[in-house]
Amino acid sequence: MSTLRTALLNAALTIEEQKPWPRVTVDADTWRQATLAIAAGNATLSGLWAEPRAVHMAVLDDDDGALMVLTLATPDGRFPSVGLTHPPAQRLERAIVDLYGLLPEGMPDDRRWLDHDRWGVRAPLGDGALIPADGAPYPFLKAEGPPLHQIAVGPVHAGIIEPGHFRFSANGEIVVRLEERLGYVHKGIEGLLTNTTLEAAAKVVARVSGDSTVAYSFAFARAAEAALGIGVPQRAIWLRALMAELERLANHLGDIGAICNDAAFALMLAHCGILREEVLRAAKATFGHRLMMDRIIPGGVTSDLDDVAPIKALTTRIRQRFPRLVELYDNTASLQNRTVSTGRLSPELARRFGAGGPVGRASGRAFDARKAPGYPPYGDLDFKVIRREGGDVDARIWVRIDEISESLELIEQIIDRLPPGPIAYPTAPALRERRVPQAGGLAHEPRDGAMEGLAMVESFRGDVLVWLRTDETGRVLRGTVRDPSAFQWPLLEAVIEGNIVADFPLCNKSFNCSYSGHDL
Amino acid sequence: MRRMLLEGLFRRPVTERAPTVADAEIDALAARLGVAAKARLGRSLSIREVDAGSCNGCELEIHALNNSYYDVERFGLRFVASPRHADVLMVTGPVTANMREGLERTYAAMPAPKWVVAIGDCAAGCGVFSKSYAVIGAVSEIIPVDLTIPGCPPEPIDMLKGLVGLVEASARG
Repeated sequence: MSTLRTALLNAALTIEEQKPWPRVTVDADTWRQATLAIAAGNATLSGLWAEPRAVHMAVLDDDDGALMVLTLATPDGRFPSVGLTHPPAQRLERAIVDLYGLLPEGMPDDRRWLDHDRWGVRAPLGDGALIPADGAPYPFLKAEGPPLHQIAVGPVHAGIIEPGHFRFSANGEIVVRLEERLGYVHKGIEGLLTNTTLEAAAKVVARVSGDSTVAYSFAFARAAEAALGIGVPQRAIWLRALMAELERLANHLGDIGAICNDAAFALMLAHCGILREEVLRAAKATFGHRLMMDRIIPGGVTSDLDDVAPIKALTTRIRQRFPRLVELYDNTASLQNRTVSTGRLSPELARRFGAGGPVGRASGRAFDARKAPGYPPYGDLDFKVIRREGGDVDARIWVRIDEISESLELIEQIIDRLPPGPIAYPTAPALRERRVPQAGGLAHEPRDGAMEGLAMVESFRGDVLVWLRTDETGRVLRGTVRDPSAFQWPLLEAVIEGNIVADFPLCNKSFNCSYSGHDL
Repeated sequence: MRRMLLEGLFRRPVTERAPTVADAEIDALAARLGVAAKARLGRSLSIREVDAGSCNGCELEIHALNNSYYDVERFGLRFVASPRHADVLMVTGPVTANMREGLERTYAAMPAPKWVVAIGDCAAGCGVFSKSYAVIGAVSEIIPVDLTIPGCPPEPIDMLKGLVGLVEASARG
């Protein structure tokens, strides 16, 4: 892909000061060329978002994890559709139409996505014309024939989960088509990240998806620090990783229990639930909040680790209890009968959609943002990227099991090597320092000293992306976030095909996509 | 598995001690439950949970109520799949425009007497999402709320305390 990167840099009309990766403005032809290169598999689509007069596309090099953002100005409100040649972009494009009113020319699916005709306004982040909030009907894709019937589920599901709608077309018990309709928990997050303070934006981003709050705060902090040139103390860097691994541990334990419970094996849920609770209690004891919300901020972290004893006790306890649960999973034929070969995701599809986290890694895509692009302190830590080839529910469970072991190793390494020192640097002096060298060139700066940062961080679910533009005082002008679920939800539709309806909960839980992170 | 089950027979339960709820809190709740609460429910309540737009943080902690530490079922509280079976509607999140109908219809589907518990800062007052075009308002602006449990997210023990208070109040009322 580095040749693609060079070609794009050469074709750029302008190159923006975005840290640490470049953002280049291109013309429509170059945009189309890049789209074709992505569709051909030379790079991975990592994000697609908009502003009132421009669209941005983040492109990821799978080998070295380098990112690049392409920007296309849309003076007439149109841009060449990426989804036309590269299906993973389709829902992101539909979201752009709904939020900004920009039109992807040639888009294969022009149905509204996040906009359920309930907001009372069309394109709320674009021109924002008023419309009646009448909840117009949504035309689902058809699957017709004498033996087929439809099963409609949601938005309110039977369990304690987030809202979404699933439309199954089934032939007897066999699912022939699943179509998702999402957007129920759309909270207008991109709108809330427009023209606000850094503190307010950090709070919103921490609540994009509650289970990944550490990862999101981590990514937001890194994007802000990159944009504003803020330094972070060593101790804070290590504490961030400690929180991130505790979060991964808690979520993986919860997921393993929940998947087994959907195969009516409640014993695993009970035992995994106890371990998960113990992780959350250790987090509360050390960082003062069970989910560690708002603990990572630009410039550092908000709470120090005074006593490592609760964390040490936690890792010892999980090392004692967890292997026996793994053995139980591995030796229970009735459970294996439900998970092995169920909901198989092909490596080809996982690669094409850039599936992150356990979903991608269980289907052979060895991508982990902690390794590439990589970010501190993970370069100094010793851990493996877990990968499996099976692509079924079982493989996704095993990736989680092995990642729990890796996280335990990481936590112990961090505890042993935690450097002393302060836990946060004030953001204000860094901002003043930055203004000085710009003073001479400020008159020639066309964008009033706007600064941009991009960050990618590995959550338990996969890579999260945060992009931020601030002014020189640190005020957030615009921002966007991209959850790993954006590319995992469409794959869930693919893996269920040919499975029985009763296996859907297993497939769904083994993906564990975020609704809130997707709907934004 | 046999070994684990056997072990379970001899090990002491991990269950948390029941939280104490002050009489004043119960009386306040009982007053709010009003006449309907006089139909005693045998100290048990069935709960239907609806996410009306949360970030899923509150759901994680509601799930925790079912784990062996909190084990809500020992208080006669259980989560049910259908609003038709529910006495209590537990709502999280700021109510989004897209979820309003889902919430209203779930509430309408519940038989009387029924109570609504708003869980978390978003349900109580929209939290950080109050200025969004896509959010209509706090839960109490859409359906009547009987009990609010604040927090972002509230800890399971706080929720347990509120719910135990609700059972006590409904039994006493």
